[in-house]
Amino acid sequence: MKTTRKIAYLGICTTIALVLAYVESLIPPIFSAVPGIKMGLPNVVIVFVLYKFKARDAIIVSLLRIGIVTLLFGNVMTLAYSVSGAVLSLAGMILLKKLDFLSIIGVSVVGAILHNAGQIIMAMILLSTAEIGYYLIVLAITGAISGVLVGLLGGILVKRLKDKTSEE
Amino acid sequence: MEKNNAPTVFGGRKLKNDLIFIIALIVILVCVGLGVYFFRKPGDTVKVLVDGKLYGTYSLKEEREVEIKIGDNLNILVIKDGTVDMINASCRDGICVKHRPISKNGETITCLPNKVSVVVEKTSEKGDVDTTV
Repeated sequence: MKTTRKIAYLGICTTIALVLAYVESLIPPIFSAVPGIKMGLPNVVIVFVLYKFKARDAIIVSLLRIGIVTLLFGNVMTLAYSVSGAVLSLAGMILLKKLDFLSIIGVSVVGAILHNAGQIIMAMILLSTAEIGYYLIVLAITGAISGVLVGLLGGILVKRLKDKTSEE
Repeated sequence: MEKNNAPTVFGGRKLKNDLIFIIALIVILVCVGLGVYFFRKPGDTVKVLVDGKLYGTYSLKEEREVEIKIGDNLNILVIKDGTVDMINASCRDGICVKHRPISKNGETITCLPNKVSVVVEKTSEKGDVDTTV
């Protein structure tokens, strides 16, 4: 794909990820007892970019999204949580995609769980309590479920949006 | 018509790997969860909540009986040997009375009809988890 085209494409992807993050924040929590259970809708875009383009592009889109969300709605604390979650999740997904023994669904499940893990680890560091580590077990199970959904959606998108603009 | 356009995305073999991977993952997580549940740290205080509001806080270390009386509803708790048990309740189903005694951090006995819940907590190392993630 031509560079200009690609820049525009990735720009749209970043915007969609931003909007999805906002839409997700409007959905009331399913389980108010355990905060942090989310569908991970923006991850659909990240997984999509990871499979449609390259690892580098997924990293750019993810970090840009976090940067913009932080500037618009966040603070330093939310930045720390977002970055630790996103970095761990991206690293795991890129590695698993390279290893090439799981499909997009498995990769996205790992991404979802690592995203939760990154945030919990950051919370453990910032709040200096190990107790919240228990949350990770619950979050990992719900993350696995949402990861399957995100992976399915991302896979369908990659398949459907296979037009000539995507040819590299 | 709908041929496999993207074999790298939903490959049949990889999908099978996925299934095995996810099932294994969930089994491991549930096992770890159960393990953590059964090896939780013992708590040291008992908090009684009535309709979401704090009714009283008691130490788990001293033996005592607590009567929770709100209107016609009555629940009786016994704190003994570092455990707390609901021994009597005015509610019809009596699920809370049948509940085993609790002693570990985060465990609860809830009496839904009377809206009473008893929570064991560990106050010595308390973390504020009220940050939005």
